[in-house]
Amino acid sequence: MADTARREFMLGEGAGTGGGSQNLKLNLGPSHPAMHGIIRITAELDGEVIVNADVEIGYLHRAFEKDCEVGGYNNAIPYTDRLNYVSPLINNFGYCSAVEKLLGIDVTERCKYIRVVMSEISRICDHLTCVGATAMELGAFTAFLYMIKAREFLWELVEDVTGARLTISYGRVGGVKADLPAGFAEKVRHALKQTREVLDEVHRLLTGNRIFMDRMEGIGALSRAETIAYAITGPMLRAVGVPYDVRRVQPYYVYDRLEFEIPTQKAGDNYARYLVRMAEMEQSMRIVEQALATIPGGPINVDFEGRAIDPAAYVDRGKQGKTEGLLLVPITLSPNLEGQRRAELSGLNVSDKRITLPPKENTYGSIEGLMNHFMLIMDGYGIRPPPGEAYFAVEGANGELGFYVVSDGSDRPYRVRCRPPCLPPMAALHRMIEGEMVADLVPTFGSVNMIGGELDR
Amino acid sequence: MDGAAVLERVRARFGAGVVDAHDHRGDHTAIVARDAVLSVLAWCRDEPELAFDMLTDLTAVDYLRYPGREDGPRFDVVYHLYSIPHNHRLRIKVRVEEDDAVVPTAVGVWPIANWFEREVWDMFGVRFEGHPDLRRLLMYEEFVGHPLRKDYPIERRQPLIGPGA
Repeated sequence: MADTARREFMLGEGAGTGGGSQNLKLNLGPSHPAMHGIIRITAELDGEVIVNADVEIGYLHRAFEKDCEVGGYNNAIPYTDRLNYVSPLINNFGYCSAVEKLLGIDVTERCKYIRVVMSEISRICDHLTCVGATAMELGAFTAFLYMIKAREFLWELVEDVTGARLTISYGRVGGVKADLPAGFAEKVRHALKQTREVLDEVHRLLTGNRIFMDRMEGIGALSRAETIAYAITGPMLRAVGVPYDVRRVQPYYVYDRLEFEIPTQKAGDNYARYLVRMAEMEQSMRIVEQALATIPGGPINVDFEGRAIDPAAYVDRGKQGKTEGLLLVPITLSPNLEGQRRAELSGLNVSDKRITLPPKENTYGSIEGLMNHFMLIMDGYGIRPPPGEAYFAVEGANGELGFYVVSDGSDRPYRVRCRPPCLPPMAALHRMIEGEMVADLVPTFGSVNMIGGELDR
Repeated sequence: MDGAAVLERVRARFGAGVVDAHDHRGDHTAIVARDAVLSVLAWCRDEPELAFDMLTDLTAVDYLRYPGREDGPRFDVVYHLYSIPHNHRLRIKVRVEEDDAVVPTAVGVWPIANWFEREVWDMFGVRFEGHPDLRRLLMYEEFVGHPLRKDYPIERRQPLIGPGA
C-alpha cells in the first residue's frame, strides 16, 4: 500500500505496477537557478531523454505595454530600460526611433553616431553575459568570471556616458540626454583593448575545448526552415546560415557607412550560436572604433561658429540688456543644474520645439524657454505625433527588436507594442530540447539568452 | 519589391478580400476581410515574388477610445510580415467587432503564431479559431479579464491565486 502511494507520488495516479517503464514528469522552475526564477518547464522524461516539454512564461509580467499608454511619449523610456537589463541602450533607441518615425523626423548626425556607439557597446555586454552564463552553467566558472570582468570595463563606459549602469534612460525622442563625456574615445580604446584580451583568453579556454564541445556541439539544434518558421532572428538565425541582420538589410542610423561583417554558421546548434556571438563581439568593436573615428565634430557653439542663435537665446540677451557677447559669459544657474547646456544639446537633439525639451538655462532664463518646457511637460500637452502607426526594427543583441507605436494624435501613445527578440526562440525551445537529454536542457536554454524583462514585458 | 508594389500584388490577387490599404511613414498596410485572412497569409508566404517567410510579429490594438473608431470595429489584429529573400515588409490587419472577436488561427501557416495568438487572447480577448492550445501566455489562468483592453483600468488589482485555491 505504502508502495503504491509512493509510486503514485512519483509517477502520477494509476502508475503501472508491473515491469516496463513509465514516463516521469519533471518540473523545472520557476524557482530554479537555471531558469532565472521566471520560467517553468514541465518536461516529460523517458529515462533521461526529454519526450516533450511545455514552456511556461509570464512570471515577470509587469504590464509594460499598458503602462506606456498612461504617460507621455518620453515617460515610457525608463520602462524600456527594464525590458532588456543587459543592453538597455538598444531598447531606448529602438523605442525613440519608432516614435521619431511616427513623427516623421530624423535625428542629427552626431546623435546617430552616438546611438551606434552605445548600441554596439551594449551588444558586446549582452553577448558577454550570454556566453559567460552558458559556460558557467556547464561548470566553466572561470570563463564566466573573465567575461563579467570584461563586461565591467564596458559598463564603466556606459556609466560615464549615461550616469548609470543599468537603468540608463539615455535616449530621448529626438535625440539623447547628453553628449559623450570628454576623453571618451580614449577610454573606449582602452576598454576595447582589455575586452579583446579577455575574449582571446576565453577563446583559448572554450573554443575547441573538448568538454565544452561535447556539451554544445550537436545539441539544441534547429533546422533552418524551422528557425525561420518560428520567426527567430539574431545570432540564432545566423547560426543556421541566414545572414539576416537589421543593421545590414534595412540599415538605420549610420550602419550603412560602417564596415562590418555578419558572422554566420551552418550547424544551428548551441556551439554554432556560441561561435556567432563570439565573432559578433569583434565586429561590434570594429563598428565602435570606426564610428568614434568618423563621428562628426562636437557640439555646435552658435556664437563662435557664426551660426544663427536660436530664438530663446536672443530673448536671453535682450532681457539682460546686452545685445552682444552675452553667451560668452557662462550663466551660472542653481547648484543642481549643470550650467550651460544650450550649445551641447543644440548639436545633439532635433531642433523641433514640439519634441525636445529646451536646455535648462532657457527654461529658467527666459519666458519662451519656460513655456516651451511646460508645453512638453504638462499633462495634456507634450509630444503629439499625428494619428497613425509605425513599426521600427533595430537589431537587438538577441535579434530583431521592434516597436510598433500607434498614435491617436494626443500626447500619450495609444498603443506601444514591443516585439521581443527572445520570445520566438522561447516559443521554439520545446523543439530544441525534445529528444535531448535532460542535462542538455540547461545549456540549450542558456544559448537562447532568455531575457525575462522583454520576454514577459 | 517595394512596399507599394507588394500591396498592389495583394490587391490584384484578392480584390474585395482587401478592404483597404494605406501607407503611413513608409509602412505599407493591407486591411483584409476576416474570411480572407488565412488565404492572404498563406499566399503571401507561398507566392515566390512575395515570399513572406517570417511572421515577425502578431499583435492587436483596441480601438475603443480611438477618435473616429468609437463605433467599431473594436479590435485590429495586426500581422507584421517580413521576407528574407526579398527584404521587404508588409503589415496586414484584420478588423473584428467586440461581440464577435474571433479570427482564424495562423498556426498552420507559421508555428510562431501559436504563442503570439495566445498572447493576443490573453491581453485582448480575441479568440483564434482552430488554435490547438489557446491558453493565456503571460497572465495566470485564474486572471479575470484582458488587461490591454482600453476598458480594463490600469489600477485594478486581482488576488493572486495559488495552486489548488
